[in-house]
Amino acid sequence: MAEQAVKSTRRAYGEALLELGEREERVVVLDADLSKSTYTNLFAKRFPHRFFNMGISECKMICCAAGLATTGKIPFASSFAVFAAGRAWEMVRLSIGYTNLNVKIAASHAGISVGEDGPTHHCAEDIALMRVIPNMSVLVPADAIETRKMVFAAAEWEGPIYIRLGRPDIPILFDDSYRFQIGKAYVIKEGKDVSIFACGLMVWQAIEALELLEKEGIDAELVNVSTVKPLDEETILRSLSKTGCAVSVEEHNIIGGLGSAIAELIGEKLPAPLERVGIRDRFAESANWKELLKKYNLSPQDIRDSAIRALRRKVEKR
Amino acid sequence: MPDKIKELKIKATQLRIDIIKMLSAAGSGHSGGSLSAADIVACLYFSVMRHNPQNPRWEERDRFVLSKGHACPVLYAALAEAGYFPKEELLTLRKLNSILQGHPDMNKTPGVEFSSGSLGQGFAAAFGMALGYKLDNKPGRIFVMLGDGECQEGIVWETAMGASHYKLDNLTAILDYNNLQIDGKVSEIMEIAPIVDKFRAFGWTVYEIDGHNIEEILWALSTERIVAGKPTMIIARTVKGKGVSFMENQVDWHGKAPTPQEAELALKELYEELERLKEDG
Repeated sequence: MAEQAVKSTRRAYGEALLELGEREERVVVLDADLSKSTYTNLFAKRFPHRFFNMGISECKMICCAAGLATTGKIPFASSFAVFAAGRAWEMVRLSIGYTNLNVKIAASHAGISVGEDGPTHHCAEDIALMRVIPNMSVLVPADAIETRKMVFAAAEWEGPIYIRLGRPDIPILFDDSYRFQIGKAYVIKEGKDVSIFACGLMVWQAIEALELLEKEGIDAELVNVSTVKPLDEETILRSLSKTGCAVSVEEHNIIGGLGSAIAELIGEKLPAPLERVGIRDRFAESANWKELLKKYNLSPQDIRDSAIRALRRKVEKR
Repeated sequence: MPDKIKELKIKATQLRIDIIKMLSAAGSGHSGGSLSAADIVACLYFSVMRHNPQNPRWEERDRFVLSKGHACPVLYAALAEAGYFPKEELLTLRKLNSILQGHPDMNKTPGVEFSSGSLGQGFAAAFGMALGYKLDNKPGRIFVMLGDGECQEGIVWETAMGASHYKLDNLTAILDYNNLQIDGKVSEIMEIAPIVDKFRAFGWTVYEIDGHNIEEILWALSTERIVAGKPTMIIARTVKGKGVSFMENQVDWHGKAPTPQEAELALKELYEELERLKEDG
C-alpha cells in the first residue's frame, strides 16, 4: 500500500462541502473556531454569507443549526468529535434528535488518531453517544472518496446525521465508481472463513490484515460498515451466515460502537462468535497516531489475531 | 381604558383561566411561571405578532419560542385561543396520546415553533431562526421568552454574545423576571443581577418594564424600540403565580398543579377579574 495516494477524511469533507455549496443554495455551515482543522474554511472563503463561525461555543452552535434548519436551511455543523458529540450531547439530543430537524453534524478528530493532542482531544465515545439518540443516523467514512459521496448523500437525506471524520492522512481506498448509500454496508472482499466488519480508518487496517490472513490460508470477508446506524442488517447477516464468525473493527471504545451494534444484531438474529477490535475501555495518550494504533490494539496484527480467535471459537462450537 | 388594552387584559385573564383548568385536569405541571408570563404572551399572540393559525408554517410569519418550556400551559392556552387547535385539547395536557406534551413539542402541537424545556436551548435555536430569516431577508421577527433562572445556564450567554455579534435586530427576547426558581429566590440560589447591565454589556438594547402592564409590554415589543443592528432584550418584572392570590410569589407553586378545590378557588378569582374587566369602561 506504500504507493497509495493519501488524504484525510476531514479534508475530503471540506472539499465536498465547497462543491455542495455551489449546487445547493440551502446549505449553510457552522463551526466553532476550528474551521482550519475541519476544513470548513474552504466553504467559508467561497460562501462567507452562508458560513457562521460561532466562536468557541459548541452548545450554541448545535441549537443555532437547529434554528437555521427550521427556516429551510441545510446546516452542516462542525467541530471536533469530543465537543460536537460530547460537550454538546444534550443539545444534539433535544434540538436535533427530538425535533428530528435536518441538521448534519460533521465532526472531525474522532478516535485516537488525533495523536499528539492527547486524550482531552481524542474521542472514542462518539459513535456510542450518537447511536443512542432516536432519529440520528451515524456515518463513518473509510476514505476520502467515501467521505465525498457521504456528504452529498447526507445533504439529500431529510433528517439528522452524524458524520465521523478523522485527522490523519490515510490511503484512498476507493475510486469514483464506488457507490455509497446511507444504510448500506459494502463487501470490499468476499471470503468464506470469517467476516470482518470495519468502519473508518480501520477499514484500511483491515485490508492490511487480509494480507496477513491470506498468508495463513484464511479466506476472510471484509465488509465496510460505513453506516453504523441504521445498520445494514441484511448484508451483515448474509455475510455471517456464510462465514459463521465475525470480527468488528473500529477506532472507538469496544463499548457502544460498531462492535456493540453488531453484537446486538447477531445476539438477537444469528448468534455466532464475535471478537471486537477497538479501544479496550481506556483513555489513550499523546503520541504519533500510528504508534497509538499499535499500542491500543488497532493494528492489522490485532485484527489478524482476533480473526484467528473467532475462527477457533467457531471450530470449538462445532 | 382604550379598547385594545382592555381586550388584551381580558385575553390574558382568559389565558390564566385556561392555564388553571388544564393544569388541574393534568394533575401536574408548572403553575407559577405560566401565570407570570400570561400578559406578555397575550400581547404577542393577540396584538404584536403577524401569524396565521390557519397556516402555522406561513414562511414570513413572526415566531415565538418559549425557551422556558415548562411554562407551556400559557403557550398552549394562547395557541388554542388563537385557533391553532380546538380548546378541548387543552384538557388532554400531559396525558397519553395528547398533542400537548409536558414541555413543548414542535412536531406534535400546531403553532409550537421549537421543542424546548431543557433551559437555554430555545434561546439558542431562536438565534438560529433569526439568522435564517436575515439570510433570506425575511421581514419576520423572532420572539423568545426566557426565565430568570434560565439565565444561570452558560448557553444563554453564548447566545447573547452570538446574537449581538451577528447584529440580529430581528430577535427580541423577553425575560420573565419573577425572581423565583424551584429551590428558592433567584437572588439566593444564584444571583443573575445586574441583569440589565449584563445584557447591555453583551451588546443588546435592553428595556426594563412591568411585565403585567399591557401598555408597557406593547411599548417594549413595538418595532419602534428596535435599534438597528442590535438584538432587543426586554426585562419584564413579573410576579410568579400572578392573578391567583394564593399562588402569587409562592415558590412552591413553581412546579405544582392546583387540586380541584384549589382550582375552584383560583377560577373564582379569575372569573371575577374577567367580569370586572368586561364591565369596566
